[in-house]
Amino acid sequence: MTAAVSQHDPKASAATAGNREQDTAAPLMEIRHLHKRFSLSGDFLEQLKFKSGKLIREQEYVHAINGIDLDIRRGEALCVVGESGCGKSTVARTVMGLLAPSQGEIRYEGQRIDNLSTKELLPYRRRMQMIFQNPYASLNPRMTIQQTLEEPIRLHHPDWSKERVRDQVRDVMDSVGIDSDWGPRFGHEFSGGQRQRIAIARALAVDPEFIVADEPISALDVSIQAQVLNLMMEAQQQRNLTYLFITHDLAVVEHFGTRVAVMYLGMVCELAPTGTLFAKPRHPYTQALLSAIPRLEDDRPQHIRLQGEVPTPVNLPSGCVFHGRCPHANERCRKEVPTLIDVEDGARVACHGVEEGRL
Amino acid sequence: MALLEVNNLDVRFALRGGDVRALRDVCFTLDRGERLGIVGESGAGKSVAAFSLLNLIAKPGYIAGGSIIFDGKELSGMKDRGLRRVRGNRISMIFQDPMMTLNPVLSIGEQMVESLKAHRRISTREARAIALHKLNQVQIPSPETRLDQYPHELSGGMRQRVIIAIALLLDPDIIIADEPTTALDVTIQAEIMDLLLELCDKHNVGLVLITHDLGVVSQVTQRMLVMYAGRVIEQGPTREIINGPQHPYTQGLINALPQMATPGSRLNQIPGSMPSLSNLPSGCAFHPRCGFVNDANGAPRKACLDKVPGFVDSGNCRVACHMVAELVNQQQRDSREEVL
Ligand SMILES: Nc1ncnc2c1ncn2[C@@H]1O[C@H](COP(=O)(O)OP(=O)(O)OP(=O)(O)O)[C@@H](O)[C@H]1O
Ligand SMILES: Nc1ncnc2c1ncn2[C@@H]1O[C@H](COP(=O)(O)OP(=O)(O)O)[C@@H](O)[C@H]1O
Ligand code: SF4
Ligand code: SF4
Ligand SMILES: [Mg+2]
Ligand SMILES: [Mg+2]
Repeated sequence: MTAAVSQHDPKASAATAGNREQDTAAPLMEIRHLHKRFSLSGDFLEQLKFKSGKLIREQEYVHAINGIDLDIRRGEALCVVGESGCGKSTVARTVMGLLAPSQGEIRYEGQRIDNLSTKELLPYRRRMQMIFQNPYASLNPRMTIQQTLEEPIRLHHPDWSKERVRDQVRDVMDSVGIDSDWGPRFGHEFSGGQRQRIAIARALAVDPEFIVADEPISALDVSIQAQVLNLMMEAQQQRNLTYLFITHDLAVVEHFGTRVAVMYLGMVCELAPTGTLFAKPRHPYTQALLSAIPRLEDDRPQHIRLQGEVPTPVNLPSGCVFHGRCPHANERCRKEVPTLIDVEDGARVACHGVEEGRL
Repeated sequence: MALLEVNNLDVRFALRGGDVRALRDVCFTLDRGERLGIVGESGAGKSVAAFSLLNLIAKPGYIAGGSIIFDGKELSGMKDRGLRRVRGNRISMIFQDPMMTLNPVLSIGEQMVESLKAHRRISTREARAIALHKLNQVQIPSPETRLDQYPHELSGGMRQRVIIAIALLLDPDIIIADEPTTALDVTIQAEIMDLLLELCDKHNVGLVLITHDLGVVSQVTQRMLVMYAGRVIEQGPTREIINGPQHPYTQGLINALPQMATPGSRLNQIPGSMPSLSNLPSGCAFHPRCGFVNDANGAPRKACLDKVPGFVDSGNCRVACHMVAELVNQQQRDSREEVL
């Protein structure tokens, strides 16, 4: 998997190759035109319905991802934010190869990985690891911590000796601050924060390059969140990791992320370097989201009030998926889907209003 | 006199291994129309405190001591009938889990009419009219239709509006809201919180707001309690605590927020985690995590290890910490010397 670096599809990269400096290096991961639908209608027979005297086949889908293009650059911490159900976890699982895309491609160092067999995917599985939201469910209750940490090493390095595996486990335990006497104990004996620490150790045990973390601290208390975030930042520095970090906590994004992708109903509506996004949010949804963060400031600031609620991804709105709640929607917004366009400061925004210069 | 006065509340769970003390020495007051926040980590005792105010602690839990005085009357020993007149009627509660309020097999209208008729002698038609009025107040679109809908037919934000309408149904004096917006999305959270505040203000309803979100507490409440391992370790005016926390735990909690550090730098973490109630450390329950456990000479303060700290008034705040007590004593000595 070495020569593949520069062989990515020239058409696809033309879309993102702006004149910004960082863009010149090939991205570690490319997500192209990604769509993911889940069928809601069950099997064939359940899809048959009588309508106006005729038997027809009707399929209903959840449109979890509706056309995402995203590059993940080596060494960055790309944060994905958005409200629940907007498709963050689906992006994570598709990127990891745990779900097959309905349309589109995923490339790792230029090599398509979304259509690989399990066996072909194995070498990538070592280089890409995932950390899940729920620290209570993500550890196998029947395994000791030692076994939990040895398992991925044995899977990816079947030729390693027992001693080498054990050394590797000891090193990774050291590096995330796990006591060696935790080894013989079971996951349920640990607190949420400790378990998340173990889950991070497990992900790091096979020396990955890329880590997808799906809300890794959401289930934890503030004081423990800080511990886990510190650990992830340390690991990034020491091991030169690349993160795809999913969260709905904007304060965490501001602290941790180098770039941010804001999602709404299965689309990316704004993509920007973290500083730019917080200093100058451009998309009306991003503006509303940032204005709603409860901060420690003296008074309750006026936040932007949105009308209505997030529509379900079963019947996607026409045009801009945000138009039903957007205070700036016009006729064009109701008809035409906006695509990401470059604006200043390295940001990209999908909004007709911004494009037309009226926002 | 305060509308609600809680003194030395002591709540225990009778478990096989012996009693576990979920709350101890909990004291606070709430004035009419006041907004009080309760913060703390998961398991600190916030929900137990809320439940015990309404005597809703379920077995094996029980109130082992202390008093809860509401509008001059003692609640904690009150029998069911008297209590029912207060609960739901003059103090209502918004639970952490919406399904504790909403019955999935009854329509929204049926639930609202039922609870109105349980407390007031009115006809179904009158009750329906009141229900409709309350749904209007929480700004639900097409309230008439909602009356005939079932909880599962509503979105999360809409459900929370209905729950607020139900909490307001009997024109209570106090609403206890346990994480009322935690399950909702950020933009919806802000709207629901606005609504709750607006209605409390308008009707002069006191609010006890339980949350682990310091941002929400700081924006919404006038006074706050910080809980740790079943005790209120600091209480006082919200602004003063947020801007100048005195208890080492409160300091740690606020300093650990990402917004307190430069982006990308190390966060100020508190080491360790909250102990389980069945296995509390000796002395101050926070001492294994506390950065101030050593005194001026660098040796651990004996009191921190042996003695549960009492409450000391420092400025407008009340703090349970030996170090703060020392500082306060020192200041008092200094000022006395100045006078002499
Ligand atoms: N039925 C019960 N039996 C035994 N212990 C209980 C019971 N209910 C609560 N507790 C204990 O009481 C303590 C306080 O619980 P409580 O639910 O008040 O926490 P909380 O502060 O509301 O936490 P969270 O933020 O997670 O809601 C916890 O240690 C909990 O385990
Ligand atoms: N296996 C599945 N089957 C059907 N629908 C799904 C499945 N997984 C996710 N979805 C739906 O896809 C949408 C996006 O979900 P998800 O990616 O989990 O959102 P997020 O992580 O942003 O909260 C939601 O509407 C969700 O209900
Ligand atoms: S495209 Fe139109 S509806 Fe969508 S966010 Fe922009 S202005 Fe609002
Ligand atoms: S009493 Fe001692 S251990 Fe407890 S918080 Fe105060 S200084 Fe720290
Ligand atoms: Mg998710
Ligand atoms: Mg609780």
